[in-house]
Amino acid sequence: MGDVQIMTGNQAAATGALLSGVQVVAAYPITPQSQLSEIMSQYIESGKLRAEYVRVESEHSAMTVCISASTTGARVFTATSANGLLYMHEQLHWAAGSRLPIVMCCVNRGVGAPWTIFNDQQDSLAQRDTGWIQIYCRNNQEILDTVIQAYRIAENVYVPVMVCYDGFVLSHTMMPVEIPGPGAVKDFLPPYKPHTILSPENPKNLNPVLFPWRRENSEGVLCDGYMEMRYKLQAALDGSREVITSVSRDFSDTFGRDHGGMIWEYRTEDAEIILTGMGSIASEATVAADMLRNDGVRAGVVGVRVFRPFPKDEVRTAFKKAGAVAVFEKSISYGFEGGLCSELKAALYGTGTNIPVYNYIAGLGGRDVKAGEIAEAARSAHAGMKAGQAEKPTVWLNCHTG
Amino acid sequence: MSKRDNSISAMGEPAVGEAGKTGDWRSSRPVIDHQKCIPSLKKKSACFLCWLYCPEGVVKAGIPVRIDLEYCKGCGVCAEECPPKAITMVREDRQNG
Repeated sequence: MGDVQIMTGNQAAATGALLSGVQVVAAYPITPQSQLSEIMSQYIESGKLRAEYVRVESEHSAMTVCISASTTGARVFTATSANGLLYMHEQLHWAAGSRLPIVMCCVNRGVGAPWTIFNDQQDSLAQRDTGWIQIYCRNNQEILDTVIQAYRIAENVYVPVMVCYDGFVLSHTMMPVEIPGPGAVKDFLPPYKPHTILSPENPKNLNPVLFPWRRENSEGVLCDGYMEMRYKLQAALDGSREVITSVSRDFSDTFGRDHGGMIWEYRTEDAEIILTGMGSIASEATVAADMLRNDGVRAGVVGVRVFRPFPKDEVRTAFKKAGAVAVFEKSISYGFEGGLCSELKAALYGTGTNIPVYNYIAGLGGRDVKAGEIAEAARSAHAGMKAGQAEKPTVWLNCHTG
Repeated sequence: MSKRDNSISAMGEPAVGEAGKTGDWRSSRPVIDHQKCIPSLKKKSACFLCWLYCPEGVVKAGIPVRIDLEYCKGCGVCAEECPPKAITMVREDRQNG
């Protein structure tokens, strides 16, 4: 056992960024991320971290600074939450389209209006199609370890990574966290090798307008059109599955902690009903699974750790022997159902399996989700399965209206 | 990490023609009447407002003034700014406007 400290999720994220040797930080404080940006600025001010902290007037500018700094070859870090992330939205596309390995923590918080400062995952789910890899953490140790992993993944596939963790539930909750040694992290994480370095000695046009067709440049070389560039980003995301899994395995070999690559499983070997979710709600579901098993219901949990790229093959395998799946999620795709539920159902399409996938929306705007409530909902899902109910309407857990 | 695709993001060297022959976007072209154009009339460097205002930098401030039609997008700013109205925008599908 190495150096174990009791720390919040925000402190764990900051420690991960410190150990990763980030060179530029640009972040704008927003609850519940604020502590993280404060710690980063303290690290830099005190000289503990040799980096530049660029103060900005908004999250949009924070990401713009990260993009610029990454383009000059620096390893960069930022973090935000909720409306701050939404304000960044345009620049998220710009970062991914420029294939810059930026790592950002999204401290998940519900989105206004009406205002909330409390946790759900609507903010990052709404960034699904920006071309970022999204990883959801379930405890503070995983946050620290995932920030380090995220740099190795991002700098391998040249795709930015969003490390998501639940606001307050993790960001402000203290847990014991083992701090890896700086030397070991340095060995695990090689220096950032940029695909382009923008410098005064080597001026370049970056991201000029691309046309529907391919075109020749001034030297007569046929260059990609817009659609080819989009395909390359998609291929990079698709290819990142293998990298995420191998980085996770390598991390486990080096540091002895395995958080799962694309997904993690809990008591699924013989599970007839599988509870699934992302982040802390999936952790809570493991407690619910134990409760259900005590009552004779063979329950297990599949935690979706990586939402983009979507773990299609992994969930197909994990759900293969299940009788039903109950999806618990802290976001809603208005006008349809929970986004994770839709994606899981889509992943199963074409496999010949026809297991019911029941959807539970829970914990929006920080409403507490207790293990007992998850177990209760899973019991109703289990009853539905026994009764041969192919589907049920989406249930809003513990919601007192309508 | 040996695999390298050098064009995973859109970029290029700053050079004339890097974005293709942008003049083919044009629907009207500027035609200079050198009977009216001030540098041509006075045979000295003068006026050059077309050169100053051209957003594409395709006007050559010489005697006479010349416009690089390979890259002129036909915006018509030069014609609008020309004090003696020496520049006329002529539709590309017609010979004389």
